[in-house]
Amino acid sequence: MNTVVVQAARSVSPTWQRFYDALRRHPTAMVGAVVLIAMVVIAMLAPWLATSDPQALLPIQRLRQPSSEHWFGTDMLGRDVYSRVVFGARISLTVGVTVAALSIVLGLAIGLVTGFVRWLDAVVMRFMDGLMSIPSILLAIALMALTRASVGNVIIAITLAEVPRVVRLVRSLVLSLREQPYVDAAIATGTRLPLILLRHILPNTLAPLIVQGTYICASAMITEAILSFIGAGTPPNVPSWGNIMAEARSMFQLASYLIFFPGAFLSLTVLAVNMLGDGMRDALDPRLARRL
Amino acid sequence: MIVYIVRRLAATFIVMAVVALFVFSLLFLTPGDPAAVIAGDIATADDIKLIRAKLGLDEPFLVQFGGWVRRLLHGDLGTSIFTNLPVTKLIAQRVQPTVSLTLLTLVIAVLVAVPVGVIAAAKAGTRIDRCVMGISVLAFSVPVFVLAYLLISLFSIQLEWLPVQGYRPLSEGLWPWLSHLILPSIALGTVYMALIARITRAAMLDVLSQDYIRTANAKGLNPRAVLTRHALKNAGVPIITVIGIGVALLISGAIVTETVFAIPGIGRLTVDAILRRDYPIIQGVILLFSGIYVLVNLAVDLSYTLFDPRIRY
Repeated sequence: MNTVVVQAARSVSPTWQRFYDALRRHPTAMVGAVVLIAMVVIAMLAPWLATSDPQALLPIQRLRQPSSEHWFGTDMLGRDVYSRVVFGARISLTVGVTVAALSIVLGLAIGLVTGFVRWLDAVVMRFMDGLMSIPSILLAIALMALTRASVGNVIIAITLAEVPRVVRLVRSLVLSLREQPYVDAAIATGTRLPLILLRHILPNTLAPLIVQGTYICASAMITEAILSFIGAGTPPNVPSWGNIMAEARSMFQLASYLIFFPGAFLSLTVLAVNMLGDGMRDALDPRLARRL
Repeated sequence: MIVYIVRRLAATFIVMAVVALFVFSLLFLTPGDPAAVIAGDIATADDIKLIRAKLGLDEPFLVQFGGWVRRLLHGDLGTSIFTNLPVTKLIAQRVQPTVSLTLLTLVIAVLVAVPVGVIAAAKAGTRIDRCVMGISVLAFSVPVFVLAYLLISLFSIQLEWLPVQGYRPLSEGLWPWLSHLILPSIALGTVYMALIARITRAAMLDVLSQDYIRTANAKGLNPRAVLTRHALKNAGVPIITVIGIGVALLISGAIVTETVFAIPGIGRLTVDAILRRDYPIIQGVILLFSGIYVLVNLAVDLSYTLFDPRIRY
């Protein structure tokens, strides 16, 4: 008797169980997850993994090729590139995860309300259409040109560019969910709007949003690097991967390793997040899996 | 059809108005004093005052916005803070390299990506298909400038096949122009190609499962004709849509690509403007690029009837 109860309790959420199983069977998603976890560990253990202070200047040792002493060489100010790359993982992951979380939360809030409140919908969506017609990097550039460079401002700038896309997605999900019989039933029994949104609509938007979140995370990391690379990103004293590469711009022919080491770490991290996202998408929609 | 076009044009106008309003009000919405940020750390109080007057920040919002829109409608994008030259003139000087780069990239990308997507769909599930899909995920993950430096390092520095950097106008001959644009176009076009190839493949798979394709194959038509004439044409709508949406990638990628390859285009102008915090130039570039993006997607919308006669407006 007891075991039956336990089993019933375990299978409360068969969707999530199936999702987890499908994800586990997806080899590329697992590779992505492992690489991503490794990057998170590197970021967390940066102070112990680094061989020297990422900011320590040693001009006498500048532009040294990779060696046993400086694994990834040194930059034009003699800073150890390996230590800077290790610390750079913190910036990229912070920006990626924060932008994803913020834009999902904001997009969800705006999308849920506009999907249900008709008169608000037209106004908000016109505004979102306008924002979406500005290519996201340009939007971020405009914001960064008017504010002081900081990691926080980079996060705000990229989030602002991503929110309209999330709103679009949430709104389209809400518009189809509100036609469902169980929503009609909730309305008929007199459930108030906030409760309908939270109890009946929100849980059904979460799965596609998590997938969208991984893609936002990946593209935010690339956008951060691009912004830093063109001088509109994190302040120059922050050892972000984009900054390390930006500083190497003028001496690429002399020291190409200054670009390739941070570039490889960035690409690998973004690839891992993308692979994880693809795996989750396939797990959520097996019908789509064979196609995209 | 005409009613639809008019309605779409009106919607486009609203979108552009929102863009203009947004880009303009950023000066007021950003926390802190933008004049002080633009002036930089070593500016005196007089410098900041001068910049504030130049940007019109000392007048009420509506007065400024009205004046700005009136000038905008007359084709005046304002004056650069740093060089004191009209923004339209600065942009006009830089148009040719950027147009060359983006158009060449667009052509190469479509010519490569669509056939690749079709082949991947025709051979779905095989090693070729998995290879295409794998490369496309990789392409999404490598930033434009990292790829650009990889290409320079391989083809310009190691093999010495192509010039490292720079730009030659078309008037100096076809090969000098083309040779300076091959690597930038590949770097810029890779993500775009990956996107188009993936959507082409997905759209083709959709169409290939239709009954009329089975009929066409059953009656013994040339498989290639089935793929191109029967399948590809009917997969046209999503493909042309993604080509239009992807123009945003080309525009923002051009800024980075021009920086890496030292191409004196609008992207380079933008990056120089960022370093000098020359906001009027950035404003002008955003309006121009967003306008182009919106118009391209309007054209895409209107072209649907060419691919699918069932779509009537």
